Amino acid sequence: MLYFDHCASTPPYEEVVQTMIEVMKSVYANPSSLHRAGIQADQLIERSRSVLAERLQTGSGNWIFTSGGTESNNMAIKGIARQYAGRGKHLITTQIEHASVYEAFKQLEDEGYRVTYLPVGETGHVNVEQLEAALTAETILVSVMHVNNEIGTIQPIERIGRLLKRFPTIMFHVDAVQSMGKQPIKLLESGIDLLTGSAHKLGGPRGVGFLYIREGVTLYPLLNGGTQENGYRAGTQNVPAIVASAKALRMSMERMEQRERRISELKRQLIQHINGMPELKLNGAEPSASHIIHFSYPGMKPEVVIHMLEQHGIMASTKSACSSKDDKPSRVLLALGASREHAAGGIRISLGEEHTVQDINALAAALADIVRQLKPLERRLT
Amino acid sequence: MLYDQIVLRYGDLMVKGRNRNRFEKKMLEQVKQALISYEDITYFKSFGRLFVKLNGHPYEPIADRLKDLFGIVSLSPVISTELDLEKIRLAALTLMQSLPEKPSTFKVSAKRAWKKFPHNSQEMNHLVGSHVLRAMPDLKVNVNKPDVELRVDIQEEATYVFYDVIAGAGGFPFSSNGKAMLLLSGGIDSPVAGWLALRKGLEVEAVHFHSYPFTSEQAKDKVIELAKRLSYFSGEPIKLHLVPFTEIQTTLVQAKSDNLIITLMRRAMLRITEQLAERNKANGIVTGESLGQVASQTLPSMNVIGRAADLPLLKPLIMMDKHEIIRLAERIGTFETSILPYEDCCTLFLPKSPSTNPNLRIVEKIESLIPNYKQLLLDAVEGTEQLLLSPHHQTAVQAAGEDSWF
Repeated sequence: MLYFDHCASTPPYEEVVQTMIEVMKSVYANPSSLHRAGIQADQLIERSRSVLAERLQTGSGNWIFTSGGTESNNMAIKGIARQYAGRGKHLITTQIEHASVYEAFKQLEDEGYRVTYLPVGETGHVNVEQLEAALTAETILVSVMHVNNEIGTIQPIERIGRLLKRFPTIMFHVDAVQSMGKQPIKLLESGIDLLTGSAHKLGGPRGVGFLYIREGVTLYPLLNGGTQENGYRAGTQNVPAIVASAKALRMSMERMEQRERRISELKRQLIQHINGMPELKLNGAEPSASHIIHFSYPGMKPEVVIHMLEQHGIMASTKSACSSKDDKPSRVLLALGASREHAAGGIRISLGEEHTVQDINALAAALADIVRQLKPLERRLT
Repeated sequence: MLYDQIVLRYGDLMVKGRNRNRFEKKMLEQVKQALISYEDITYFKSFGRLFVKLNGHPYEPIADRLKDLFGIVSLSPVISTELDLEKIRLAALTLMQSLPEKPSTFKVSAKRAWKKFPHNSQEMNHLVGSHVLRAMPDLKVNVNKPDVELRVDIQEEATYVFYDVIAGAGGFPFSSNGKAMLLLSGGIDSPVAGWLALRKGLEVEAVHFHSYPFTSEQAKDKVIELAKRLSYFSGEPIKLHLVPFTEIQTTLVQAKSDNLIITLMRRAMLRITEQLAERNKANGIVTGESLGQVASQTLPSMNVIGRAADLPLLKPLIMMDKHEIIRLAERIGTFETSILPYEDCCTLFLPKSPSTNPNLRIVEKIESLIPNYKQLLLDAVEGTEQLLLSPHHQTAVQAAGEDSWF
């Protein structure tokens, strides 16, 4: 099998699996228990937290473990909106956010908040001047993703952060699920108040999300119950998965530069192959993440391409895995100004550090083969 | 790299006349120790000052470390130049042009300490100032309240150009005034008292009383954390004595004099500490008491408690208000640890109405009736565990689990 769906989920590092097994076997006490075994479990969580703080250089801030990126995003956005509603009820985000951000804002709209969804233009990047123009005296939150999960564009979060430093009452949330462990993130310099990450996107286990909360920021909690995770998230923590996640983050960050060199070259080669097939149209523009290549086959249902790739033993995605089961055109591609036909046909290839030039060649050959087979059927299958 | 050196200015230790040499030597050792992880930093001693030659290292983290060392009144990152007017002018202009925030006014304060330099201080103010003004036409001179005071210090070995003066921690270099024991509870006050004691050049050994199972392991971890923080300031490892206090405390509770229990406990603590002081050659006991703060810190209480010890009791916080103590705790970075919610032995068995005016005769009477009182104290001293803590000492969290898991 050739797995090209790292944006959806990554293969875990061998060492991460090993940690998971060992901790699961030996540390089973409830981290909230008062006895020594409980304290040991709790200290493992704290040590995991300190790995995050150290790797992302966030000294005094707070890292919370959640059940995943979706929960972290919901917790940050609704938590800020509800906590600071007294200051104003205007929120800003973009048209190309992940569903867990986008839908959270939709729900807040139902609750009486006013939300500005910034457009991105055909390159797929937010315009900082437009963002500045959208700020009002009522604005309490700006949420912009770092790397788009569908087309891979890198948003100008450093510039947005510098802009927002002038407005200390506006909180800045960044969904970094696709960039953490892959791209450098300057958390402090960028004035980020909240940042979301997810362990299984960086070689860790499923079921662990990260949320950075800057010191001094308060969130209205989503879950009530115990006082775990500094009172932000009630519920017994998943100790083995949390420890394994910290290890995955460390490993993915240590390999970041080397991986970047490698896969940016692979991306360059794959783009060359795709550019050689006039039926396929690349989406998005630079700056974009090296591990994501997104293209459309206008006039062809993307599921057909995905299934035919599968027959070649190749796993890829249509759009975000979280929304891939509905067959509406991609909201992200529509935001880029694509026609409905074009927006329906997106195919995402996402790379990992284990890929080789041979893998890329095999993928390109399979694509060429698929295009040749489908050519006579174009437009009859949409 | 704009700055090539940091100049450190000494304070209190300059008043010490004949002892100056010894203090300066100690200071140099302390600075070297604090910067041990930096390669190829060199030093130059001159009268009342120490120059740290950065040799390419950025000055910020080094200045950040040095400002917390005791014995330094202030420090400045400087550009050193040869004793040549054009070179001095160039350095001054370079510095003015690289300021992070563009000033609108400035003045030059030149000081010609080396009298053989051809231009005197007044002339230098003018010669340097006019050069800067020519190159930066938006800038104006304001001699009374300038945004930036550009200083030009002309010494025999070099001229130093700078503007930033960073306040240091002051005081005396570590261990230049002998050694004392510090009662370290884990609360807000005692680490601040420890810091003030260190600042006066006292070497301290911390003493902590624990009453497991009435207190938790985490209360001990908290004190370890605080002692580590103090050792960052002293620049030397700190010895922490962990005294088992359960036996004594439960015995005292059973003496059936609820309102005197705190008085009795504090006296027992002083007696134990005094024995530890003798064994460790310390000449005083530092406590975090502040007058009137709690029942045991009224003047009558302190009178009765203090009589249990012969050594001088040093109480740096005695006349300070709580908010001043908290501000210091925040400044030295102990506050966050101090407010962690783990109970220490001082708050255990707290009576409803502790005496604020205990009677010495009654207290002594109760103590004389406690069976094996002296032996209990001695057992506590014998059972005391010692830890040597430095800022790099691993915390319980850092040591959690297997390293291979992370």
